[in-house]
Amino acid sequence: MSFPWANEYKPSHPLMQWIDEKLPLPRLVYNAVGAGYPVPRNLNYWWNFGVLAGFCLLLQIVTGVILAMHYAPNALVAFDSTEHIMRDVNWGWMLRYAHANGASAFFVVIYIHIFRGFFYGSYKAPREMVWLLGVVIFLLMMATAFMGYVLPWGQMSFWGAKVITGLFGAIPLVGEPLQQWLLGGFAPDNAALNRFFSLHFLLPFVIAGVVILHIWALHIPGSSNPTGVEVKSESDTVPFFPYFVAKDGWGLGVFLFLYCAMLFFAPNALGHPDNYIPANPMSTPAHIVPEWYFWPFYAILRAFTSDFFFIPAKLMGVLAMFSAILVWFFLPWLDRSPVRSGHFRPTFRKFFWLLVIDALILGYCGGAPAAEPFVMISQIAAIYYFAHFLIILPIVSSIERPDPLPFSITEAVLGKDDKAALGNPA
Amino acid sequence: MIRILSILVGLFFTVALGWSFANGAYTAITEPAPATAEHEFHKHPKELDLASNGPFGKFDKQQLQRGFQVYKEVCSACHSLRLVAFRDLKALGYNDDEVKAIAAGFTVPGLDPNTGEANTRPGLPTDYFPKPFANDIAARAANNNAVPPDLSLMTKARHDGSAYVYSLLTGYQNQPAELLKHFPDAKTPTGLHYNPYFANLNLAMAPPLTGEGQVSYGDGTKATVDQMAKDVAAFLTWTAEPKLDKRKQTGWPVLIFLVFATVLGYLAYLNVWADKKKA
Repeated sequence: MSFPWANEYKPSHPLMQWIDEKLPLPRLVYNAVGAGYPVPRNLNYWWNFGVLAGFCLLLQIVTGVILAMHYAPNALVAFDSTEHIMRDVNWGWMLRYAHANGASAFFVVIYIHIFRGFFYGSYKAPREMVWLLGVVIFLLMMATAFMGYVLPWGQMSFWGAKVITGLFGAIPLVGEPLQQWLLGGFAPDNAALNRFFSLHFLLPFVIAGVVILHIWALHIPGSSNPTGVEVKSESDTVPFFPYFVAKDGWGLGVFLFLYCAMLFFAPNALGHPDNYIPANPMSTPAHIVPEWYFWPFYAILRAFTSDFFFIPAKLMGVLAMFSAILVWFFLPWLDRSPVRSGHFRPTFRKFFWLLVIDALILGYCGGAPAAEPFVMISQIAAIYYFAHFLIILPIVSSIERPDPLPFSITEAVLGKDDKAALGNPA
Repeated sequence: MIRILSILVGLFFTVALGWSFANGAYTAITEPAPATAEHEFHKHPKELDLASNGPFGKFDKQQLQRGFQVYKEVCSACHSLRLVAFRDLKALGYNDDEVKAIAAGFTVPGLDPNTGEANTRPGLPTDYFPKPFANDIAARAANNNAVPPDLSLMTKARHDGSAYVYSLLTGYQNQPAELLKHFPDAKTPTGLHYNPYFANLNLAMAPPLTGEGQVSYGDGTKATVDQMAKDVAAFLTWTAEPKLDKRKQTGWPVLIFLVFATVLGYLAYLNVWADKKKA
């Protein structure tokens, strides 16, 4: 598909030939994740996380659809129906823990996938569309995860929903009516729970659709690789099957081991105890915190404590929280360095690791109570976050002197490339 | 052009954050947040060694039965257990007849089959534990304006919940002189009871386990306050997570299978890639 030397699908069995003529679906699969897709041979283990993310999505859809058969999205019984799943449904406890921890696993995988993209410049031409679709997927995931956390209708479900939907109230003029329209009331209640359930069921299928576009867009230029040097000849690539099926396969085994260890031995470690208390609009929890995967953005939201000229602090926080993700859409045009991989960008590399540490600090502060010193720490960390993407990256990419690149992927792997020696780039 | 815009937007956010930081730092220096009694004197739960702890832990059914007895004879006077049905007690090692007898010992709301009027009847195994109060208002009226919470999920609804229940039950004490010296306003109000394991230090529940022999255990275990607190903490660990044993029993074969499959997968990977590694 993407390279002239890609294997062609040639079914030998008459039945497969018959199908291929009528509906070339096996051909599509063959070209997408089979022997028909040539992949750079030097992909390291950070490239496993795309497949893992796809697996997590599938896992969430399967467990979620079964859970939906037993769950009742009504504010009167939602909490008890969740406990019914935990106590009376055959293997219900396993399904629910698999789904709840599956969400966490999905975000672990996706954050690694995103930071892989940051480091290796995966967002750069010609893969901008892959990146843009990826950010869309991440936004959809956040919406889905947020609404899913509301469904058990515990204390954190309710108060989390109240805080996050309250953010819409910060929008000038239309904020309050918009918030009431979204919730179907003045506070989260049955109307909100019902529509959250409906959307929580719908959005994963939208995500699946965008994932198909994401992979489609990826297959036009083909996968990037740790050197960031584009594929030049057949010796640079190996077919996806069997090479990367084998590599992703055992990576999936490692992932499943860690995931199942959480699921069976510490299933509530990442949850908040308050969510085992039924929602009570009359009693506010001491600390309202979202799930851990929202903590960095929650820290940014709470970092704005003073009005800025005529802009209220709350509106600034909301603007900044959404901008913190929206800025990723502009990344392909903010980082102008023609060199993709961080391995060959000494200055960029230092700032990348600062960003990793910064994100971890923001995450820690987002989970901590809204008190000093956490607020001040998150303010400094948020300053770096915005400065990194909006100021440092554009400047560094203009003035940095990158290290010399290898001639080709083959040279990077084998130490020599015969074509380079002949001075004859393919 | 986009980079100039981006730097301007970046400056907008960083300056706004810097302004917030400056204000916060100024406040922190000029008016440092006062220490509170809750912050200084609240304690984390004591260590509690339960048979069900750890990846190999399993419920001690004898202990669960003792804990159930404490719940039935002490806690159930005020606390409901609305998510647990009598039939569930079979997991504690009771047989069908014993479960029927336990259920029949409780009075549950019912309907007169002839007139349809509300009445009461002896419980059946399919019934859930009855609530001690008709509604929250009645519960408040009887308990110094505090509603005794349902206990079904208590050990999962608090940090380190099993140890929390145990610590709370054994943690009642007089207010430390140190506390009253530094925080004279934090004196425990009349009708409340000082307990450093409770989040705001003062709770409405009077010490429920008062002395040795408050319940008499059938298995000969000495019913000290500490023992009763441990047993009821174990019982409430079971009510919150009745599938705990099953979960761990399932987990081990799954993990062992995954190790096996992953090793095979790794060997397959080495095999497939053998001709592509460095010459």
